[in-house]
Amino acid sequence: MQEHLIQQILMQALNGLVWGMIIALVAYGLSLIFGIMDVVNFAHGEFYMVGAYVGWFAIKYTHNFWLGLLVALAFVALAGILVEAFTLRPIRGRDPLYTLMAMFGLSIFTQQLILAIFGPLAKEVKEPLATKIPFFAFEYPLYRLIVVGIAFAIFIFFWLFLQKTKYGVWVRATMQDNVMASAMGIPVKLVYTLTFALGAGIAATSGVLVAPIFSVYQTMGLSIIVSAFIVVVIGGLGSLQGSVVAAILVAELQTLSSVWISPTYAKVFSFLALIFVLLFRPQGLFSISKRR
Amino acid sequence: MGKSTTMKSIMGIAPPVVQSGKIRFGDTEITHWHAYKVARLGIGYVPEDRRIFPLLTVQENLRIGLDVFGVAKEMKKSILERIYGYFPRLGQRLSQLGESLSGGEQQMLAIARAMVMDPRLILMDEPTEGLMPLLVEEIKEIIKVLKQNGTSVLLVEQSVAMALEVSDRVYVMDKGTIGFHGSPKAFQENETLMKELLGV
Repeated sequence: MQEHLIQQILMQALNGLVWGMIIALVAYGLSLIFGIMDVVNFAHGEFYMVGAYVGWFAIKYTHNFWLGLLVALAFVALAGILVEAFTLRPIRGRDPLYTLMAMFGLSIFTQQLILAIFGPLAKEVKEPLATKIPFFAFEYPLYRLIVVGIAFAIFIFFWLFLQKTKYGVWVRATMQDNVMASAMGIPVKLVYTLTFALGAGIAATSGVLVAPIFSVYQTMGLSIIVSAFIVVVIGGLGSLQGSVVAAILVAELQTLSSVWISPTYAKVFSFLALIFVLLFRPQGLFSISKRR
Repeated sequence: MGKSTTMKSIMGIAPPVVQSGKIRFGDTEITHWHAYKVARLGIGYVPEDRRIFPLLTVQENLRIGLDVFGVAKEMKKSILERIYGYFPRLGQRLSQLGESLSGGEQQMLAIARAMVMDPRLILMDEPTEGLMPLLVEEIKEIIKVLKQNGTSVLLVEQSVAMALEVSDRVYVMDKGTIGFHGSPKAFQENETLMKELLGV
């Protein structure tokens, strides 16, 4: 009996890691966009969802999972550039409520558009590889571990970009003080556009990666955006480490507690963590101080 | 009143309050330009509250000015060497984060990173505010070096004494308009002004 419990805990711990990295990818994009542009992107879950749909479509016709992922990434990043240029830029500088409403509207519009194009039935995507790795007394899908690996690789890439390259310094400077960044000659408008596109792109990547695990449906963006927002608040705006650590924390809380209680109630724990952080460290665990 | 706003308007970072009139730099009209264009035109800015990037290192703060202009690697090195010569304390703290520097060091960094871009004009807004007399002297020296190198300096300064010491031309701003303007010598010969502003 004890043995069985330990197996369950181990399995859920692994699931938590996988789910955590999926959330982290979405949360980091959200965090970047808010940290750099002061935009609360309510439509961010839709980048994740559209990524999954475009991925499903591309995979169906190319019969190649990884190619489909790249297509989805490129498509959504491009869509991100268009959204930024035609929806966000015209209302920049006005009351933040405008941006909130605009993104919320975009979110509803996108869901309905996808519904109209693809219909209400969920789409299935097969795992690119069906191998299972023996893990203690059970077997764990290799694909899910690869998802974790890819997510970590993406974060390492971002970290290197931000810390070691000239454009990374521009992005960090813009995040800390966008007015002075501009006064130093940094093309801040361009930084905004590229950051938004990058954020959208990694959300889309996450959507394709999760597709074989949880399938593809119109409201998948809604279910992840809440967790993503919680992670952004707990982890701290703009912080890469914060997004990863907080996402794994939140996901593990959910999956581990579901060993004993129903998954619906398990979600309560992430809200409790949020309240705890807001009470004692409202700027988030790893916040990047920004001039506001 | 209005000194800082004037500087910010030149730099393109003030709220759009320029309702009439123009701002011209040489032959170029820059009235509604965005800040990054103004910077790339050759105008450097040292703001009133320093505003160095707190979570970038000293080196990264300085690097931005060089990277923006795509300067060649060897040139970058020599420019930085020259800057460390003027600001030895900064040279010793290259990998420290901006926010860990003292107030005086942050002011030096704010000036240094504007100098790195080798601008034709540097806007300095109250650079000596809150600094020890020793550091004020250092800043006076820097301004003199800048003038020697052919860089124009537009200085906003509360301390009339300091302004008279380093300037070639003086403008007195009162309630948003320019009153006296002329040489420091003319200023010192104007008894009414001296009494009003220096209590002499």
